[in-house]
Amino acid sequence: MSAVVEPARPALGLREAPLLALHNLKVQFKTDDGLVRAVDGVDLSVNRAETVCVVGESGCGKTVTAMTILKLIAMPPGRIAAGEIRFEGRDLVPLPPAEMQKIRSKEIGFVFQEPMTSLNPVYTVGQQIAETVRQHEGLSRRAGLDRAAEMLRLVNIPNPGRRVNDYPHQFSGGMRQRVMIAMALSCNPKLLIADEPTTALDVTIQAQILDLLNEMKQRLGMAVLLITHAMGVVAEVAQRVVVMYAGRVVEEAPVEALFADPRHPYTQGLIRSIPRIDLAATTHRRLEAIPGTVPSLLNPPAGCRFAARCRHAMPECLGTDPPLREVTPGHKVACLLYPEVRA
Amino acid sequence: MTNYVLRRLLIAIPSLLGISVILFTVLALAPGDPFEELATNPAIPPDVRAALRASLGLDDPVWTRYFSWLTAMLRGDWGYSFVSRVNVDDLILARLPTTLAIIGASQILALAIALPVGVMAATRPYSIFDQVANTLAFIGFSLPTFFTGLLLILLFSITLDWLPFVYRADLSSTGWTWVWEQLRQSIMPVAVLGLFQGAAWTRFVRSAVLDVIRLDHVTTARAKGLPEGRVTLRHIVRNALIPVVTLVALQMPTVFGGAIVTEQIFRVPGIGSLLISAILANDTPVIMAVTFVFACLVVFFNLLADVIYGWLDPRISYS
Repeated sequence: MSAVVEPARPALGLREAPLLALHNLKVQFKTDDGLVRAVDGVDLSVNRAETVCVVGESGCGKTVTAMTILKLIAMPPGRIAAGEIRFEGRDLVPLPPAEMQKIRSKEIGFVFQEPMTSLNPVYTVGQQIAETVRQHEGLSRRAGLDRAAEMLRLVNIPNPGRRVNDYPHQFSGGMRQRVMIAMALSCNPKLLIADEPTTALDVTIQAQILDLLNEMKQRLGMAVLLITHAMGVVAEVAQRVVVMYAGRVVEEAPVEALFADPRHPYTQGLIRSIPRIDLAATTHRRLEAIPGTVPSLLNPPAGCRFAARCRHAMPECLGTDPPLREVTPGHKVACLLYPEVRA
Repeated sequence: MTNYVLRRLLIAIPSLLGISVILFTVLALAPGDPFEELATNPAIPPDVRAALRASLGLDDPVWTRYFSWLTAMLRGDWGYSFVSRVNVDDLILARLPTTLAIIGASQILALAIALPVGVMAATRPYSIFDQVANTLAFIGFSLPTFFTGLLLILLFSITLDWLPFVYRADLSSTGWTWVWEQLRQSIMPVAVLGLFQGAAWTRFVRSAVLDVIRLDHVTTARAKGLPEGRVTLRHIVRNALIPVVTLVALQMPTVFGGAIVTEQIFRVPGIGSLLISAILANDTPVIMAVTFVFACLVVFFNLLADVIYGWLDPRISYS
C-alpha cells in the first residue's frame, strides 16, 4: 500500500476555511411509523486535499449524510430539517436544482457502494463517462469519448481504447468500481465522496480499490470523504476520522490519535472488535463485540444514545445529551467521561 | 443476428404447419355447410348439388382435402370464396390496407397517450395527476370496445349527428374533401381501439417506469449533475422501454383480434369483418385463409419482439 502524502499543513492559527463543512445537519424521513431522524445534528468538515473517514455501524446515518451533501436523498420523504452544508463557503441547502447540478460531479464526485447496479446497463461505459464531461464541459461526442478512454487508462483499466465501447455487464465488480471512480473523477472535482466503495467487493479487490483511491488522490490532489464501516479501511487511508453513532458524531480525531487513544466508549469498542492476527496467535482471546444494537432512530433514547450499550454508563448519561467537545487539540469527543479542555 | 433471424424463421415453419392442421381439422369438424343455401333453393336439384360438392372435393376425407389445400397454398393459390367467387388473396389484399390503417392509427394514438401519461404518473407517484390517470386508465380498459363503440355512435352520430357511423371504403370525393371525409369516419373506430389499448398500456408503462426509477443507476445519473429531464428520458424511460416494447409487439396479434369487434360495430370493411361474414356464411376457404394470416402475424410479431428486445438491451446476445 502506497503511503498517503501529507498535504502541506497551513501554519497554525492561519487555518484556511475547510472545503466542506456541515453544521448541525439534520435529515429526517417521513415514514408510516413516524419521523425517522436519520441524521441528527452532525458537524463535520473536510479540508482541501484531506482524506476524512466516517465510520460507524449500519444504520447510523453515514450514507444519508453522504447523499445529503449532494442532495441525492429522495425528497420527499426525506427532508433537510436544519443545518448548513457549506462547500467553499457557499451553503448548498437553499441552492435551486439547476445550481446543484453544476456542483454534482463538477465540484463533488460521488462513488456508490454497489458497482454492480450503479451503472446503466444499456449504455457503454464510455458513453456514461462521456455524458458527465459533456454535461459539464460541453465537449463534442468524440472528445467526450476520448476523455472517457483517458480516464479508464488513469484508473488502470487495461486496453482502455477498446474497453470504452464495452457495456457494464462485460466488466467484473472491481472493474466496474474502477469505472465508477473514473466517472466520478472525470471532471476533476475538488472533493470525492466514496460511500462504502469496497463493501461489495471481495478482499483482494478491496485493497486494489483503496490503493487506486490513494493513487488518484496523490495525482489529482482532491479531498476525499470516505464512508465505511471497516476500521481496517480507516487505518489504511484516513488522515482524520469521524465516528458516527445513531445519527450523531461521537468522536473526531486524527487517525493516529484515534487508534492510539480512543476516547469514546463506542470507538473503544469498535477498535477492540477488530480481529488481530498478532494477538490471536499468542493469547486465546475471544474477539470482542459491542453488546446490543443501534437504537431506533424513530424514537431515539433521551440523553447519550450509546448509554444502553456503554460499559461506563453513569446515571447522568441518561439525562444529559453530551455535546461534542475538544478534549485535546484536534480530538473531539461527545462523552461525559471527559471534561472539556480550554486552550 | 441474421443467423438468429433465419433460424427463428425456420423454426416458424413447423409451428405454422401445426397451426394450419388444427385450423383445418376444426373447420372440417364444425357443423354447417356452404351449400346449405343451395339446399333450400328449389331451382337446384339434389343431384346437381351432389355433383357440385364432388367437383369441389368436399366429399373427400379430411387429410386429402388438407393436402390439396396445402399444396395449392404453397403454389400461391389460396382458393376462392364459395360465396363471392372472388379469389381469397384478392379479398384479403383488398381488405388489409383498411385494417392496417385503422389499427396503425389506433396503436399510435395508444402509445401517444400511454407513454407520456405513464411516465408522468410514475415520476410523481401518488400525486393528484397519478391518481386521476390511474382511475381513468382503470375505467378505460374495464369498458369493452363494443360498449364504448356503441356509446360513441349514440352520442356523436345519432344525438349530435357530427360523425358518420358507417365506414365507407369507396369515398367518391377527392383531394382535401377526401382527407376530411376519411378523417371524420376514422375518428370513432381509431379512438375506441386506441383509448382502450392506451389505457392498458398506461398502467403498464407506469409500473415499468416505477421499477426503473428506484434503481441505483438513476441515482448515479443524478450524481453526474444531469438535469432531471435528461435523467428521466435517457436513464429511466430508455430502460423502462425494454419491457414495454416487448409487450406492445406481443400484443399486436391480440389487437387484430380486438379490431374484429370494432370493425363489425363501425362497419369498417377490414379483414375482421371479412372473417365474421365468412364465418356466418360457412365460407371455409376465406375463414381458413384469414385465420392463417392471423397465425402468421402472431409468429411474426413474436419474432419482432425478440429482435427489438435484443436491440434495446445489450445484455441479450443472439449467439
